[in-house]
Amino acid sequence: MTRVAVVRFPGSNCDFDTLRAAQQYGADAYFVWHRDTDLKGSDIVILPGGFSYGDYLRCGAIARFAPILDAVRAFAADGGPVLGICNGFQILCEAGLLPGVLRRNRDLEFVCRDVRLRVERTDTPFTSRCGDRQELTIPVKHGEGSWYADEDLYGELEAAGQLVLRYAEDCNGSVGDVAGVCNEARNVFGLMPHPEHAVDPLLGSGDGALLLAALVDAAAARTLAIA
Amino acid sequence: MTFRVHVRVMPRSGLLDPQGQAVEHALSALGFAEAGAVRVGRAIELDVDAGSRDEAEARARLMCDKLLANPVTEDYLLAVEDD
Repeated sequence: MTRVAVVRFPGSNCDFDTLRAAQQYGADAYFVWHRDTDLKGSDIVILPGGFSYGDYLRCGAIARFAPILDAVRAFAADGGPVLGICNGFQILCEAGLLPGVLRRNRDLEFVCRDVRLRVERTDTPFTSRCGDRQELTIPVKHGEGSWYADEDLYGELEAAGQLVLRYAEDCNGSVGDVAGVCNEARNVFGLMPHPEHAVDPLLGSGDGALLLAALVDAAAARTLAIA
Repeated sequence: MTFRVHVRVMPRSGLLDPQGQAVEHALSALGFAEAGAVRVGRAIELDVDAGSRDEAEARARLMCDKLLANPVTEDYLLAVEDD
C-alpha cells in the first residue's frame, strides 16, 4: 500500500481533507508533525494548505526551517514525489525546492472560488492522468498566491517544461497565469488550487482526483521499480 | 557588545506593489493628492551581539539574505545604531 505522509505545521488547516483524499485513492495516509525528523517510510510527501506559523514574516518563510524539512529535502533529492498545496507550495518556494515566489494577490483580495485550470504538461507524476491542455475545475482559497518569477527565470522554466498548470481565467495576477510549477527533476510539484477539495462531484468537482490518483499510481510504480 | 540593528525590507522597485497602490488610492481619497509612488514594506529591529559594528552588520546582512528578506522580490536596507 502506498504510504503518504501529510506534514502538519502549527496552522495547517487542510491536513484532514488531504489525508482523507489520499485515503480515498487507496493510500495508507498518516500525519507527520513538523518537529518530527523522520517521514516514517513514506512513498509520497504532501505539504497541505493552511497558515503555517501564522504566515508570519512571509508565507512559508518560517516553516522552511522546521526540522521535518530536512527529511523532505532528502526525500526529494532522492527522487521521492513531493506535493505542496497552497501554503505547501509557498513553503516549497521559500525552501528553494521550487522556483519563484508567491506574492500578495494583485487585487489584494482573498480569492475563494472554483477556478478553471489548464494542464500544460502531462509528463509529470502529478498530471499523468490528465489529457494535454485538459481543463480542470478546482477551488482556490488564498490571499498570497500570485506566483512571480522574473523574465529570465520564467523563460527558463517555460523552456524546461516546468510550468505545469495555468489558470484558464484571471485569478490573482500570477505571471503567465501560472497556477502550478514543478522542479527540474519533475518530482516536486506545487500548486495554489486545492485538489483535495475537489474529490467528489457532489461537492462541485471531482477534478482534483485526476491529480491525486495519478500521484498515488506514480508512487506505487516507483516503489515497485525500487523493489 | 550589543548593537541595535534596523532592517527595512521593501518590495523590489519595478515590481508591482498592490499594497502601496491601495494606500496611495486611500491617501488620494482623503484629499492628499500630492502623495505618489507609495510603497509598503516592513521594518524589523533586533539586537545583535558582536565584537564590532562591522561584524554586527555582516551578521545582520546574512540574516537578511537567509530569512528576513526574500531575494527574489525584496530589497533591504540595514542600519546599525551607534552605541
